[in-house]
Amino acid sequence: MEATASVFVLVTMALALARAVRGPTVYDRIAAVNAFGTMTVLVLVLVGFLTDRPEFEDIALLYGLINFAGTIAVLKFVKYSSLAGPQEPRPAAPRAEGRR
Amino acid sequence: MEQVIDIVLLAFMVVVALAMIHLRNLFAVVMLSGIFSLLSAALFVVMDAVDVAFTEAAVGAGISTVLMLGTLALTAREESPRPRRHALLPLAVVTVTGAALIYGTLDMPHFGDPDAPIHQHVAPRYIVDSPREVGPPNMVTSVLASYRGYDTLGETTVIFTAGMGVMVLLGGLRSRRRKRRDPASPGSDTGETRP
Repeated sequence: MEATASVFVLVTMALALARAVRGPTVYDRIAAVNAFGTMTVLVLVLVGFLTDRPEFEDIALLYGLINFAGTIAVLKFVKYSSLAGPQEPRPAAPRAEGRR
Repeated sequence: MEQVIDIVLLAFMVVVALAMIHLRNLFAVVMLSGIFSLLSAALFVVMDAVDVAFTEAAVGAGISTVLMLGTLALTAREESPRPRRHALLPLAVVTVTGAALIYGTLDMPHFGDPDAPIHQHVAPRYIVDSPREVGPPNMVTSVLASYRGYDTLGETTVIFTAGMGVMVLLGGLRSRRRKRRDPASPGSDTGETRP
C-alpha cells in the first residue's frame, strides 16, 4: 500500500515540478513550490514506513513547518519587497508588484 | 521500492537543474532552487544524514531563497541574454574534473560499508559508550554537544559574533540614512549617528 501511495505522490511531484517550470505567473510557481514541499514531507513519511523507520515522521513534520514559514516569507517578499511587512510609502513611484 | 523513489528523486534534481539553466525568469530560478534544496534534503534523510538534511532544508530551502529574493528586489527580474559563444574549453574542463573525481571514488569503500576505515577508528567507542556516558539516543547529538562541546561552543560564538556585527552595521546604516533624509527634524544636527 505504501508503494502505491509513493507512486502517486511521485507523480504529483512531477506535476508540481512542471507547473513550477512552466509558470507563467509568480503565484503559480509559489503554489507549485508549496505543493512540492508538502509532497516531500509525504515522501519522507512513506520512505520511513517502507524501511520500517517510522521516526521519519517527526522529521517530516518539521519539514512541514519549515515549508509553511518559507512560503509565508516568499509571499511577503513578493507583496512588500521586504520581510518586515508594509512600510511607509517611498518617495519613488511604487513598483508594480507580483507582475512576474 | 526505496531505490525507485531514490532514482525518481535524483531524476527530479536533474530536471530542476536543467530548467534552472534554461529559464531566463530569475524569480522562477529562485523558486526552482528551493525545490532543488528540498529534494536534496529528502535524499539526505533517506541516506540517514538527518542533521545535514535539516541544515539543507532550513538554509537551502528557507534562508537562501529569501536572501535571493531580497537580491531580486534590488536588481532585475529577468536575466539579460548572453552573447552566444562556443563553450568547448569550459566543457572540457568540467569533463576532465568530473572524470578525475569519479576516478577518485573508485577505490573508496561503498556507501554504508561497515568495514570502511572510518567505522573502525573511534566510532565503535561512541556507539558502545555514548548511551551510558551522555544519554541521547542520537549519537551525533552526543558527539556534537558533549564530546566536542567546546568546539561547538566556539562555532556558536563565531556565528553569534558575525550576526551581531552584521546587525550593528546594517542598523547603523539605516538610522544614518533616515537622519540624512529629513535634515529639518529636531535633533538631527547633534552629530550623532545612532539614536
